[in-house]
Amino acid sequence: MNKPPATLELRSAPLLHTPRTVEQIMRHVVYALLPLCAFAVYAFGLSAAALIGVVTVSCVGAEQLFNRLAGRVSTLADNSAVITGLLLALTLPPGFPLWMGAVAGFIAIGLGKAVFGGLGGNIFNPALVGRAFVQAAFPVAITTWHAPFMNGRFTHFMPTSLTTPFLVPPDAPLWYGALPVDTVSGATPLALHKFEHVATGTLDLFLGTTAGSLGETSAILILLCGAYLAARRLLNWRIPVAVLVSAFAVSAAFALADGQRYPDPWFMLGSGGLMLGAFFMATDPVGAPVTPRGAWLYGALIGAVTVVIRLFGGLPEGVMYAILLGNAATPLIEAVTQPRVYGTGRQSAPDKNPP
Amino acid sequence: MSLLGRLMRKTFANGVHPPAHKDRTAAQPIRRLPFASQLFIPLSQHIGHAAVALVHPGQEVVRGEPIARADGFLSVPIHAPATGIIREIRLIPTARGPKAEAIVLDVYAADGQRVLYGGSQDVERLTPAQLIDAIQESGMVGLGGAAFPTHAKLATAREKQVETLIVNGCECEPYLTTDHRLMLEWADDLRRGIQVALRASGARRAILGIEDNKLDAVAALRASFADDDRIAVEAVKTKYPQGSAELLIKVLLDREVPAGGRSYDVGVVVQNIATLAELGKLLPRREGLIERVVTISGPGIRRPGNYLVPLGTPLAFVLEQVGFTGAAGEIVLGGPMMGSTVGSLEVPVIKAVSGILALQGLVADAGTQHVYPCISCGECLRACPMHLNPSRLGLLAARREYEAMAQRFHLDACFECGSCTYVCPANIPLVHYFRIAKGMLREKAA
Repeated sequence: MNKPPATLELRSAPLLHTPRTVEQIMRHVVYALLPLCAFAVYAFGLSAAALIGVVTVSCVGAEQLFNRLAGRVSTLADNSAVITGLLLALTLPPGFPLWMGAVAGFIAIGLGKAVFGGLGGNIFNPALVGRAFVQAAFPVAITTWHAPFMNGRFTHFMPTSLTTPFLVPPDAPLWYGALPVDTVSGATPLALHKFEHVATGTLDLFLGTTAGSLGETSAILILLCGAYLAARRLLNWRIPVAVLVSAFAVSAAFALADGQRYPDPWFMLGSGGLMLGAFFMATDPVGAPVTPRGAWLYGALIGAVTVVIRLFGGLPEGVMYAILLGNAATPLIEAVTQPRVYGTGRQSAPDKNPP
Repeated sequence: MSLLGRLMRKTFANGVHPPAHKDRTAAQPIRRLPFASQLFIPLSQHIGHAAVALVHPGQEVVRGEPIARADGFLSVPIHAPATGIIREIRLIPTARGPKAEAIVLDVYAADGQRVLYGGSQDVERLTPAQLIDAIQESGMVGLGGAAFPTHAKLATAREKQVETLIVNGCECEPYLTTDHRLMLEWADDLRRGIQVALRASGARRAILGIEDNKLDAVAALRASFADDDRIAVEAVKTKYPQGSAELLIKVLLDREVPAGGRSYDVGVVVQNIATLAELGKLLPRREGLIERVVTISGPGIRRPGNYLVPLGTPLAFVLEQVGFTGAAGEIVLGGPMMGSTVGSLEVPVIKAVSGILALQGLVADAGTQHVYPCISCGECLRACPMHLNPSRLGLLAARREYEAMAQRFHLDACFECGSCTYVCPANIPLVHYFRIAKGMLREKAA
């Protein structure tokens, strides 16, 4: 008993902990987003790469700035600002002016997150707040689409990308005329369907050979990356499943009622930002209900609202507003889906006559 | 074991799967630890009134002799764990924090340490009331960690006319293997203990619930209880915290103890397997509880195992015997999920101590201890076996809204298993907050 006493640590149980941390979850979400970014660059070239870079740097910079202003320690290490940046960039059109991308990133972090007190405090998905802001502020730029896989995409910027702030973009058709281009027009499948009644093949939608926002074109790729996160239990799989099943069911009901007027449900699933939204934005835990049953309700609401906006709204796309609406409904959903606590609410009378 | 059988096995919703860490000790037979030269025997090792000392400094006592008497019904006597001479009665450090009164006993080194006190009694011929008295005399308390006087529990069960005795052999805490060894090595004592508990409580049947990481024990006990159709042995899925009485009742009988109620309210009394094994061993000999089986393990221990340790043995002596590496870290009494760390190695082994672990947690994972804000990922809700909302409770605790925690979010249902804290990726010490909240509410009520 003459051994020198060891240094005894006092700690509150439990003394074991899973290796999982917020930082690790966020890091894996970034990993899962990288293939989408890579495909965006492959499909849309230099402009896509520059836009992803600018938006992400803008988000990270804004995060740092607001931390400074609030006198908080840096939160960059948790990677959440990087995720917001990547996600926001992936929802923008490929030729989106870079300066507007920077504005979007700043607004996303500033208005979407910092004003609520940073990570964990925000009500809405910050990336979508940024997206909603530029949708309202720059309605033309946000609906100017470019076709994928254009020749020369790796050597030349899309002309709109380099627009000087607050000036009219250079005339695109002239610029295209100087290049050997296959397709110039790049209306998205949803817009084609809504405004011109042109259907896009389901295969194209799932592979991603269509026009659209940077990261939304390839449904298959989003599915794979999302499945990776779900398999590692880094996202709540109930949410994307609920979103997709609900969107499918609601659009199937409409398609059955009037197949001429309404698109088939597979088109609904594969087009626009539904996949990206379902797997990467609706699943942002901060804005989603914490209760298990609430996750189902929240996902179902988003899927249904998306379809309704797409079919009856003035816009071709409705995912963004559907998710923001879902975020807004989250406290309400949580209130009505609190789990039944053990020993409450259920009669459990003793069985006095065992077999 | 077929895959289907495993899938069909009984379990509860939620819970967690911490690494078991049982391999180092599960195959180690129970061994005896030597006597320390001095034992420190706290007068309060149980829930209820502290025992009252019957001895004075300078008095010689023989091993097994009562040295403190029960103070009322909700209390138990304490027996001398060794033959020796009483040195003094003074305050000593305890695991719970505040110092407590204890009898200090100088052990006679040359003594054979046979149990000289006791005798024999024909347990079969005692009436239930006499049985309950005899159980109180033995000083028996719940050895799973709660340390509730066993006779009081059985007496209440009788009064409430429970019909089922559940014998808890889950041992869901990581590292601990004492119950496992007891089931394998003390099956006859266990059988006698179950019969005693059935008679004392008036229950008509006994069900043993054992986690399926101990199928050898399940098979052995099924064989040994085959001739007694009142006793059933059930394997349940290995999942933390299956060993809580509430969850075991739910899994075995599909009954829920009503909020604020006790297991008697659903016709059940739950006893730990170690308690009944000890009872079956001691009662026929009319002896008192003077030692217990303790799993000693963890990365800081060179000779881990399941040791029979005299009550009152100071931790410093125990650790020296089992090859403590002396590295900095935590010394835990009980399991790593619900146990408590000690601040002094003078703390003695008492009746409630089922494990002594030398961990090196904080030093090893200092990098992962950064606390992030709650991102409401919901992992804690999917871990909580009581289906609470730890995320919300944690946010309320941070705002000190303790009343709301109790009234709107059922804080009382939390039995502090730590599953929420175990899974929280933000490293929020949720269960610690809940303990504080309960303490504040208790203080306010008082």
